[in-house]
Amino acid sequence: MGVKQDNADPGQILPPIEQELSNELDPKLKKYLRGEGTNLEVLKDKKLKSQLSVREELYGISAKAAAKAEEWLMPSEGGYLEVEGIEKPWRINQHSISSEINISSLKNQHDIIIPDLGPYTLDFNSSGRYMAVAGRKGHLAVLDMKNMSLIKEMQVRETVRDIVFLHNELFFAAAQKKYPYIYNRDGIELHCLKEHGSVLRLQFLKSHFLLASINKFGQLHYQDVTMGEMIGNIRTGLGRSDVMQVNPFNGVVALGHSGGTVSMWKPTSAAPLVKMLCHPGPVSAMAFHPNGHLMATSGKERKIKIWDLRKFEVLQTIPGHARALDFSQKGLLAAGNGSFVQIFGDLSESQHYSRYMGHSMVKGYQIGKVLFRPYEDVLVLGHSMGWSSILIPGSGEPNFDTWVANPYETSKQRREKEVRSLLDKLPSETIMLNPSKIGTMRPVKKKEKQTKQEIAAEMEAAVEAVKDTAFKNKTKGRNKASKRAKKRKELIERVKRPLLERQLKEDEKLAKKPKISEKENALPTALQRFASKKATA
Amino acid sequence: MKVKVISRSTDEFTRERSQDLQRVFRNFDPNLRPQEKAIEYVRALNAAKLEKIFARPFIGAMDGHIDAVSCMAKNPNYLKGIFSGSMDGDIRLWDMASRRTVCQFPGHQGAVRGLAASTDGRTLVSCGTDCTVRLWNVPVATIVESDDSSNCTAEPLAVYSGNNAFWDVDHQWDGELFATAGAQVDIWNHNRSQPINSFEWGTDTVISVRFNPGEPNLLATSASDRSITLYDLRVSSPARKLIMRTKTNSIAWNPMEPMNFTAANEDCNCYSYDARKLDEAKCVHKDHVSAVMDIDFSPTGREFVTGSYDRTVRIFQYNGGHSREIYHTKRMQRVFCVKFSCDASYIISGSDDTNLRLWKAKASEQLGVLLPRERKRHEYHEAVKNRYKHLPEVKRIVRHRHLPKPIYKAASLRRTMTEAEGGKKKEGKLIVLQEVLPLNHYVKEESSKKLSELWHYQLL
Repeated sequence: MGVKQDNADPGQILPPIEQELSNELDPKLKKYLRGEGTNLEVLKDKKLKSQLSVREELYGISAKAAAKAEEWLMPSEGGYLEVEGIEKPWRINQHSISSEINISSLKNQHDIIIPDLGPYTLDFNSSGRYMAVAGRKGHLAVLDMKNMSLIKEMQVRETVRDIVFLHNELFFAAAQKKYPYIYNRDGIELHCLKEHGSVLRLQFLKSHFLLASINKFGQLHYQDVTMGEMIGNIRTGLGRSDVMQVNPFNGVVALGHSGGTVSMWKPTSAAPLVKMLCHPGPVSAMAFHPNGHLMATSGKERKIKIWDLRKFEVLQTIPGHARALDFSQKGLLAAGNGSFVQIFGDLSESQHYSRYMGHSMVKGYQIGKVLFRPYEDVLVLGHSMGWSSILIPGSGEPNFDTWVANPYETSKQRREKEVRSLLDKLPSETIMLNPSKIGTMRPVKKKEKQTKQEIAAEMEAAVEAVKDTAFKNKTKGRNKASKRAKKRKELIERVKRPLLERQLKEDEKLAKKPKISEKENALPTALQRFASKKATA
Repeated sequence: MKVKVISRSTDEFTRERSQDLQRVFRNFDPNLRPQEKAIEYVRALNAAKLEKIFARPFIGAMDGHIDAVSCMAKNPNYLKGIFSGSMDGDIRLWDMASRRTVCQFPGHQGAVRGLAASTDGRTLVSCGTDCTVRLWNVPVATIVESDDSSNCTAEPLAVYSGNNAFWDVDHQWDGELFATAGAQVDIWNHNRSQPINSFEWGTDTVISVRFNPGEPNLLATSASDRSITLYDLRVSSPARKLIMRTKTNSIAWNPMEPMNFTAANEDCNCYSYDARKLDEAKCVHKDHVSAVMDIDFSPTGREFVTGSYDRTVRIFQYNGGHSREIYHTKRMQRVFCVKFSCDASYIISGSDDTNLRLWKAKASEQLGVLLPRERKRHEYHEAVKNRYKHLPEVKRIVRHRHLPKPIYKAASLRRTMTEAEGGKKKEGKLIVLQEVLPLNHYVKEESSKKLSELWHYQLL
């Protein structure tokens, strides 16, 4: 709103270059304005109106500054893949890409084959620099992806079903055979979380410092890792599910069940926030878009559905299997199935996903997990023989914000960030479907009971409406004054009657309650026989 | 086929030498920051709590007087000093930084009722119940602070006596006249021993007088017949009179909007008026539970401080109906005079227990020179707290003030009384706290000229 006012100001006639620039910046401005401006015309309070208009102007100025910064001040540019002629992008494989890009990016294209330690699952920390890897047969490792070095690896000699980083790369949690354990970067076991039971999947809510887990019996546990408190312990009642994802936009945990339903949970309530029937068969994988509005689910009936979470409607159905799904920071969707991974993208910015790229591995390798690396154009696949890292141009966000996630973090910066994020730790009550509602006002509920003045006013208004009706002039001696007055009086009473009846009913309701207690307080039990007989009769 | 993948070179993103600063890159995209409103809410809560932790407004007490402090005066040219006069006739000049007496003037025979410093800060005018007006020479502060009480004059510059006790004195902001209030309003010149002019309207004593900061010839007085009168020196007759229900103890003009003044009344309220339009109050400031004794505006014109008979000092916003801050101590008894320091950071209160107390205007302010980072952090805390201050948890912490029990009880009693009268209409959402009182007063006009014609300047 502030933008529009600015451009329409007749006093400001911009030179043509600046006009062009402002036209370019307009679509970007929308992103930074964070919603529509308020309508200030309906306000009657002048002081409030002036205060709010100053604020709206400030929003416009800051949005413009942010848009200009995005235009001119960003250090890196995003990746892209442009095909010429009759080439199709999904026919291009990693080998042809590798011959065109610079050498420093080649190290991100690799396969690590560890044949006997089982299907691998993996997790990245928030900046994308560190990766935690877990093999089913008990192999845990933490790697530094910048330097391609191994920080620590260990063998826990138990089945490991899932692994997740906590707020830092210093701590990670592994869902082992009987209980989940929390380890240090040096491999020291810090905690054994017995309450969770045999966990199938783990997720970490970064801003709330909550470790969420779903176990064999379908119980959802939320544990606060700062104080160690168990915040939520919910029996979902929907059976065993091994599909669990966190929506990064609002912090709700979504579970996919074998009946085809997806349920969304928050730690403070025992009932799910939302339960939606997504597929006719079991849900096999699920992923959330970082902006929080899109969700992709895949079912065993060979369909991948893309949902709009604001309206809970299907936007698009893509045919195909997917055992693993993931959205990238730029909105590309990776679907892994068997030894083949398919990447979809909304290339024309119309929220319609079409085939973008694909990659097939050696036949026989079963892909269990796909994960896009934050702030890089890299997709890492965890499969039954290890993990592979491939390049997907245009999938990562090129410019990071140092205060949010910094891939070049030093240890001092990491410590500062830990302290600051602990200060900003969100209480678990802020998990809700629409987090932008915090700080807004609830609409005032209309009071059902009318005050005496309002009742009197209503009655007066009704009487006023009827008072001046003209009566027909009767002849032959039937038009007596007394009769006319009587008729008028009756008309007014008729109009008043429904209002009075309503009032009487309300008074009765109010009078009923004290009557009972009155009766009880009337006489003590010893003197009850002297109570008047009328009451009993 | 054209391909490009994100590739960053480490040198671009890390510092070259350990003496360099670390590099910071920003991306303001809202998609990178999920749940920003919740994080801001948590920060607002933390900021409110921090503010309460650091809220230590009392700096120190200046004691030396042996009787109640009845009046104070600011020196416009010297920020550090403040004059105070007590009920036994003692006048002292204090240095606020060290909280010690710089100079002690011998003073009056009876109570000192009014103090005012001249425009150049060299002369101090005092008046008292011994029917005299005395002029004193103020020692000029030197860079090298010599012995404190060396250069104090024992003799006043001049002593002018009148017929009746004087109740208040005020000096013109930009001239050489001063006015005294007593049986009537007298206008004096420094060099004349008799008033050059006298005004009278009615037969009651005039208890306070204040010159307007912007219009040097305009002054407002309040009398014991519950009236506020505006005088213009050029016309040499009173211009307007406003009669209220209860007596006004003190008046203060807003230094930034000199057509507005606020009157501290006996009925525990302060009334802000526009001097051009006296038929309705611009704002009623309600929060004290006993008579408001003194009022002073901050030099920013945005806040004013009031001292009341109920042992508290309150700070109000210039357009706010309720106080934003209250200061009280067990040791501070009835507050008779308050002043806002000239740099808008401190408040000085003079009370019945012979002490002058120095307070901070903003209770949790960090005094001294702030680093730019500290200042930014404070500003951020203020801004985020203001954005979420209507939410119940934050509001509860921000509003919380400890009140002494008698004041708490008196305030709740007043609240029940006004509610029983059916005072406020509740709209359900934001309640605008401005009230208009048509019945409390009526206006009499003496001069035919409209007061608004006498004003020569505009609102900026």
